[in-house]
Amino acid sequence: MTIHNQPVRTAAEDQLLASLEARVAQDALSGPLAARLGEVREAALAAFRENGLPHRRVEEWKYTDLRALLREAHAPVTQISDAAAAEGHLRAVTFPGARRILFVNGVLDRQHSDLVGLEPGLSVMPLGSAIAKGHGAVEKLGTLAPQRNDGALALNTAFLGEGVVIHVADGAKIARPLHIAHVFTLDDAAAAYSRSLLDVGVGAGVTLIESFQGRDGVSYQANAAIEVFAGDESHVDYVRLQEEGDKALHLGTFMAEIGRDVRFHTFGLTSGAQAARLSVYGRFSGTHSQVGLRGVTLLKGRQHADVTLLLDHAVAHCESRELFKTVLADESHGVFQGKIVVRPDAQKTDGRMMSQALLLGETAEMDNKPELEIFADDVQCGHGATAGDLDEDLLFYLKARGIPAKEAEAMLIQAFVGEALEFVENDDLRDSLIARAEAWLKKRAA
Amino acid sequence: MALLEIKNLHARIDDNEILKGLNLTVNAGEVHAIMGPNGSGKSTLSYVLAGKPDYEVTAGEALLDGLDLLDMAPEERASAGLFLAFQYPIEIPGVATMTFLRTALNAQRKARGEEELSTPEFLRLVKEKAGHLGISQEMLRRGVNVGFSGGEKKRNEILQMTLLQPKVCILDETDSGLDIDALKVVSEGVNALRSPERGMVVITHYQRLLDHIVPDVVHVMHKGRIVRTGGKELAHELEASGYAGYGQDAA
Repeated sequence: MTIHNQPVRTAAEDQLLASLEARVAQDALSGPLAARLGEVREAALAAFRENGLPHRRVEEWKYTDLRALLREAHAPVTQISDAAAAEGHLRAVTFPGARRILFVNGVLDRQHSDLVGLEPGLSVMPLGSAIAKGHGAVEKLGTLAPQRNDGALALNTAFLGEGVVIHVADGAKIARPLHIAHVFTLDDAAAAYSRSLLDVGVGAGVTLIESFQGRDGVSYQANAAIEVFAGDESHVDYVRLQEEGDKALHLGTFMAEIGRDVRFHTFGLTSGAQAARLSVYGRFSGTHSQVGLRGVTLLKGRQHADVTLLLDHAVAHCESRELFKTVLADESHGVFQGKIVVRPDAQKTDGRMMSQALLLGETAEMDNKPELEIFADDVQCGHGATAGDLDEDLLFYLKARGIPAKEAEAMLIQAFVGEALEFVENDDLRDSLIARAEAWLKKRAA
Repeated sequence: MALLEIKNLHARIDDNEILKGLNLTVNAGEVHAIMGPNGSGKSTLSYVLAGKPDYEVTAGEALLDGLDLLDMAPEERASAGLFLAFQYPIEIPGVATMTFLRTALNAQRKARGEEELSTPEFLRLVKEKAGHLGISQEMLRRGVNVGFSGGEKKRNEILQMTLLQPKVCILDETDSGLDIDALKVVSEGVNALRSPERGMVVITHYQRLLDHIVPDVVHVMHKGRIVRTGGKELAHELEASGYAGYGQDAA
């Protein structure tokens, strides 16, 4: 006999479940892929029904108790809202030359997205139409979900509906970066859910930026997931800028499958939201690929940000580099959990993971948990984690040359995060990110 | 006119009293050398004047051109015209040398109510001064002192001193780790800054540096005090006799 552990649900979990069940009942999927996606959605709903929101006794969520953080549930916004308000937020951040795809409150705003004159080999489609038309890429949706309890992703999958499907045909090199801009504009708390997919063909190349911004003072919830399939010999760059409003709860999931001979680099700059969690799942499915996962997190006040990643070296001869820098002011709390798994067949794996934290506040806290699980015997892997405050000798050197204390601090913080930022290959993109980091420092020093 | 006046200076680090009543007056246009055995407090004196936080001044005063140095933050001392050329210049990865120089120069100008230099003005100035010291453009693009040899680090200190044009320069063992060629370049850089409006304190363990930077006054420091003062010939005398005579001071 199996004893089911029937947990007592919180009010928020009850509300979410009711809202999910209503959604699944009302919103029947149509088209050739409806049956499969219906199953994906049902499975996520079942998982949520069984596990609810992850809490501190779930190892992967130990430092980010989502059950405690998500006290009140909101149903997803499904209507297009005023785009003018979105522009106000977007004006602050621009990526020169990028093609913008706009989501307002989780809903794709086609009218304000730049979807005309797409380069040959590039297709960008709303998730709903892609499902209805049976777009081949959509068949892959949901296949990268990890075999572990990830309540945030289960919710995202169960609420499946809004999103965008981007396909880059074999051999197509898309020079102009794509920019998915998520903006939350409403006065009242609500939830913005989106699920997107990037399918990159054999030998293709693309740069995708995702940005998240929103209204300060509103305790909205943003839950965005993206699945990326990097075909053999492709070159994919992904940049993520998370600057949600100061009361927001941000739940992000990034999943990637990496084929053979791929160059795949991601960079995330995080400074927004009251509480944020980014889960990264990467899997090598082809040999001789090179992956770099890097990020900078800037926190102040009582902000909380968690980056948890799982990288699966399932095949041989791949290289991975992870570098995460966290700057913690005031009473903020940062979390880095990184796990590299090297499977028995993944010989000649070369993996290095590093997490470094700079604690500026006496009561700031960083939890670093790097892990290696190695089953192959001919590999080179390493990990490290550091946490410390600004070096007094370096500060004194700068001050002894007349640089005021605040400015000296800012220079050293910038140098600290710069070591990760310098890996962003695209010059314009790197400059934009550096400018955002500088803006954060200036605001803090003011 | 006295540019630097130190009276009865006492300072300690943790519970160790290192400066025990030091007196020193450097007038405009003068170069003073401070020599002495290891542990006599020479480097401590330079750090205390520059405002390194680990040291605590327990008595005495230090005036820079009449202003109370000890009352100022390190960056204020620098803007007031004090420059310490470090014995061990540290590496600052991620802060480009050029950015560092411009930030420092403009911060000092701003603090003194002067206008900041424009980028072209600054670049021209640096190019000229760096050229004299054999510092390449490539080095200026690197992180501060990152990957610099010992000699290059010292030349970089002199470059900073040249750009910042301080009233009082303190050179802490600038000769340590330098070969004879590097010593010449550094000394020429320092000599170029000798001026009737400027005072210099050259701290060194050896007389060798003083062949290149010829001092007006030589002091011997021992156990936290100046114990002897003389002309440049005193340096030669010390070179011949060593510091043995200061080893068993009963006081």
